[in-house]
Amino acid sequence: MRNYLVLCGFLLLSTGNVIAEKAKATNVPEIPYDSVPNLLKLPANLYLGEAMGVATNSKGHIFVYTRSADTRLFEFDQKGNYVREIGEGNYGFEFAHSVRVDPDDNIWAVDEGTNMVIKFNPAGKVVMVIGHRPDVVAGALATTNAPPPPAGKYILGRPTDVAWDPQGNIFVSDGYVNNRVVKYDKNGRFLAQAGSEKAGNGPEQFSLPHGIAVDLKGNVYVADRSNHRLQVFDNNLKFKTSYDNIGDSWTVCVSPGPHQYLFTSNSNPNGNAPGTWDTSGEIYKMELDGTILGRFGHAGKQLGGFQVVHMMDCRNPNEIFVAEIESWRVQKLLLKSQTGGGSK
Amino acid sequence: MKRLIPVLLLVAVLPAGSQTSVPEIAFDSVVNPLNFPTSITLGEAAGVATNSKGDVFVYTRTGHPTISLGTSRPFAHGGSRLFQFDKTGKYVREIGKDSYAFLVAQQVRVDPQDNIWVVDQMSSMVIKFNPEGRVELLLGRKSESEQVPARPLDAPAGRAGRGPAGAGQQSDIFQRPTDVAWDAAGNIYVSDGLGNSRIAKFDKNGKFVKSWGSRGSAQSQFNKINGIAIDAQGNVYAADAGNKRIQIFDGEGNFKTQIENVGAPAALCLTPGPRQVLYSSNSNPPEDIDNDGEIFKLSLDGKILGKFGKAGKLPKEFGTVNAIDCRRENELYVGELGNWRVQKLTLH
Repeated sequence: MRNYLVLCGFLLLSTGNVIAEKAKATNVPEIPYDSVPNLLKLPANLYLGEAMGVATNSKGHIFVYTRSADTRLFEFDQKGNYVREIGEGNYGFEFAHSVRVDPDDNIWAVDEGTNMVIKFNPAGKVVMVIGHRPDVVAGALATTNAPPPPAGKYILGRPTDVAWDPQGNIFVSDGYVNNRVVKYDKNGRFLAQAGSEKAGNGPEQFSLPHGIAVDLKGNVYVADRSNHRLQVFDNNLKFKTSYDNIGDSWTVCVSPGPHQYLFTSNSNPNGNAPGTWDTSGEIYKMELDGTILGRFGHAGKQLGGFQVVHMMDCRNPNEIFVAEIESWRVQKLLLKSQTGGGSK
Repeated sequence: MKRLIPVLLLVAVLPAGSQTSVPEIAFDSVVNPLNFPTSITLGEAAGVATNSKGDVFVYTRTGHPTISLGTSRPFAHGGSRLFQFDKTGKYVREIGKDSYAFLVAQQVRVDPQDNIWVVDQMSSMVIKFNPEGRVELLLGRKSESEQVPARPLDAPAGRAGRGPAGAGQQSDIFQRPTDVAWDAAGNIYVSDGLGNSRIAKFDKNGKFVKSWGSRGSAQSQFNKINGIAIDAQGNVYAADAGNKRIQIFDGEGNFKTQIENVGAPAALCLTPGPRQVLYSSNSNPPEDIDNDGEIFKLSLDGKILGKFGKAGKLPKEFGTVNAIDCRRENELYVGELGNWRVQKLTLH
C-alpha cells in the first residue's frame, strides 16, 4: 500500500494532473497464457528497436513499426518469417508510434515525428496520407512550453493511433501536442472532433489520447492515458461513458467479433521507478460495456513479462500481439481458457 | 522608383479580374503513372517535368535531411532524390544520387536541350544536369554548416540567413529559391523565392547579369515567388503567391502588367509552340483541403480560358500542387506536396 501511495504521488507529479488516482478493479481473474518463443525471425543484420506498433492482417501476417536507427516498418508472415520492408526511407517515417491494418488489409502507419498518418495498400504503396509534415527547411520544431496553437482540421500534433468504423470513416487520436480525437471520412475529409488542443479531464476532454479502437456499431474507444481512463464515444464523437478502473489506458484494441472484446493495457511506465512493477503492467480483457472479464500479464523483462506495452493486436481475442518499448520486442500471447466470472 | 507609383495605380488589371464565370475544363487523371521500384516511396512530389522524348523527371522530398555532427560544424545531407521514368512510366534511373545539394526538393525543369535543372530549397542551389545526368553548371552554394535549431526561415541573407552580409541581392547566393526558367537566348532566370524576394538573371554561362524585386506588395515587389515561366518573347511570369497575382516583366525586369483573380499562384507552366497558354495553380495550403486547389488555364493576355480540379485526396483532386508540366497542352503532369503523388491529366 505504501508503494501504491508513492506511485500515486509519482504519477501526480509526473503528469501534472490534479485528479486523484483512480482505484483499480479488484478480484479480477487471472487469464493464464503462454508467450511464443522466438516469434520473429529477423534476417542477419536487421534489428528491431523500440517496438512501437504491431498489427496483423487477414492472412495473419505481422507488421511491426519500430524505432531503429531509422524508423522502419517490417512485415512477417504468420510464422514470423521475414517477408519485406514497407515504405523504406519514406518522407513520413521519422518517429514510429503505431501501425494498424484495416479490414481491407491496408496498412496504416502513425508517425509522431512527422505528424502524419500514412495509408499503404496491401502491395505496400502509399495511397493516402493525412496530416502534413512541417517543412524540413524550417528545422527542428521548437520544443517550448508555449501552449499549442488551435488544432487545425488537417494538421496533426504528434498523433498516436488510427482506427476505422465499418463505413470506412477514419478516426485519429491526436496526440501529444493536441488532445483530441478526429473523425475523417474515408477520403480523408474532416468531419468532427472531440477534445481540442487543450488538455483536460472532463468528459470529451483528454490528457494524452494515446490509442484508439472502433467497434462494429461505430462506437469509439480512446485510451486517455494521462487521465487514467478509457473514454467511449458514439460514432459522432459524442461522449457515452468512461472506464476508470483499469489503470492508465496506454493502448486499446477491439476484437473483430461477432462477439467483440475490448482490451486495454495498464502498461508499466517507462523508467522502472520503484514499485511500478508491482502496480502496473497488466492487460485487461473486457466486454464492450466495461465488464472486466479478466487480466493477464505483468511487468518484467523476460519472455512473458511486459516492458512498457505500447500497442497491441487482438484480431484473434485468444492470440494477442504486444509491442514493447523497453524490450525492443514483439510477443505473441496465447490466452488459455479461464474459469470464473467477471467483475465490474 | 517614386515615379513608378502613379503608374502602378493606373495599370489596368487584365481581363481576368473582371471575368465572372470561369468555364470548367473536363479532364481525366491517371494517379501515380510512374512505376517506382518497391524500395522507393515517392514523398512530396515537389517537382515534375518532361523532356523532349516524353521522359518524366520527379524531384521528391523523401526521407529527411540528416544533420551530422562534424568536428567543427553540424552539416546537412540527404533528404531528396531525383528520378527519371520513360514516357510509359517505366523507371529508368536515379540522377544525382547522394548529391551534395539534394536536401529539400523544390523544383525540376527540363530546358529545350533536354538538360535537367534542379532547384533545392534548403541548399539554396540550382543544379544543371546534362541529359546524361552529369553536373554541368551550378548556381548558388550550399551552406557549409547548419544551425540547430534552424535559423529563422525568412531572415534575409547576410543577417541571420545564409551567406555574407549583403549577399543575396546582386549575386547567386540564394535564400530558398523556388524555380528556374530560360529565355530563347539561354539566359537563366531564378526565382529567389521564399527567403529573398527577387528574380535573378544569369547569362547562359551562369554569369550574374542582374536581379530585381524586393519584399512587399507594390509593383515589382514580391511576397513568396513560388515559380516563374518565360514565354517565346522573353517575358517573365512570376507567381507572386503571397500577393495573389502573376506579375509579368520583360527580360530586363521592367514591369509590364499583372494578372489577378487566379488565387495564390503556386505553380506556373507555359506551353511551348506558336500559340502558348499559361497554367497556374491556386494550390491549397496543406492545412486546408476544403477550399481552393484549382488550376487555371490562361491565354498570355491574361484571359482565363478555364479551370479544373479542386483540393482533396481523391483522383482528380489536388493536394498542394507544387509543379505543373505542360509540354503538351492537353496532357499535363502535376506534382503534389500534400498527396505525395504525381497525376497525369488529360484535358478535354
